[in-house]
Amino acid sequence: MVIAAVNGSLSAIGYGLAAIGPGIGVGLVFAAYIQSTARQPESSKLTLPYVWIGFAVIEALALLGIAFGYAFK
Amino acid sequence: MSGQVGLVAEGIPFPPKVEDFYLPAILEGAYPWLTKFTILVMVAAVVLIGYFLWAYRGPALVPTKRQWIAESIYGFIRNSIAKDMIGHEGVAFAPYLATLFSFVLLTNLFGIIPGIQISPNSHIAFPLVLAVVSYTLFIASGVRKHGFGKYFKHALLPPAPWYILPLLVPIEAFSTFIVRPVTLALRLFANMFAGHMILLVFTLGGFALLNADSLFVKPISLLSWLMAVALTFLEVIVAILQAYVFVVLTASYLQGALAEEH
Repeated sequence: MVIAAVNGSLSAIGYGLAAIGPGIGVGLVFAAYIQSTARQPESSKLTLPYVWIGFAVIEALALLGIAFGYAFK
Repeated sequence: MSGQVGLVAEGIPFPPKVEDFYLPAILEGAYPWLTKFTILVMVAAVVLIGYFLWAYRGPALVPTKRQWIAESIYGFIRNSIAKDMIGHEGVAFAPYLATLFSFVLLTNLFGIIPGIQISPNSHIAFPLVLAVVSYTLFIASGVRKHGFGKYFKHALLPPAPWYILPLLVPIEAFSTFIVRPVTLALRLFANMFAGHMILLVFTLGGFALLNADSLFVKPISLLSWLMAVALTFLEVIVAILQAYVFVVLTASYLQGALAEEH
């Protein structure tokens, strides 16, 4: 007897799990930027490109998750 | 009233699928070559060339508004990306970076302009071409500056003790020559794809909720559509940010290729 069943694709759950790491990572990048800017306001322009590079590199992991969620059917 | 809307909503498929991104051809039998996407790319190219030619017709020392907008786009890329990140050699790349930025920005913004509402960049082919151009450019300019052997020696041999090199060289090769172009293309593609998918989920989800049997579920469709509106504004930010990130990463790869010593 089936008491409960789950239908549909497991990749949604997989993507949810995969997004945890990049979520923490992106948070760390911006936390570090805010902290460094609070300590040294003049450095905000200097560090901004590195913020976006770091953000983009980490975010790529989350986006790989989306892409592969569709690829691994 | 509600019944009428319900009837309209009857044929709306939910949930959205990847197949929703494959729009039919404009003309019969012209499938991959004449779709909404290829036309949008051509429109973007024509609009950008036309706009910058028009804005710079009869340039004045005290710029008019149109000249000022075009100059601030170019000046922003030239000063805060090309010069700041690459150095004095970067000015030579400013035209390419500015073109890249305005093209990616415009094609991204197609994703939220009413009536167009899909970005060509939500198909991997278009970001891939842009990424391949940037990839070729940074390798070519590195080779041109340092020479073939010296450039690859720079790129592949980090200053490290010899016993760690068998581990480092494959990692460097993989990250510089494979991961860079792939992530450059995939990042833009996945952002535009996911953005369009999210808007589809909330817009079509509103109709799906309206079609629900329970009277208490129907009003939630309004909430869903409000979310779609709010997320459209988020997509504006994402469109600008992804264009910026694409250009900043290209500039940082160029900088790495042109750097004297690591």
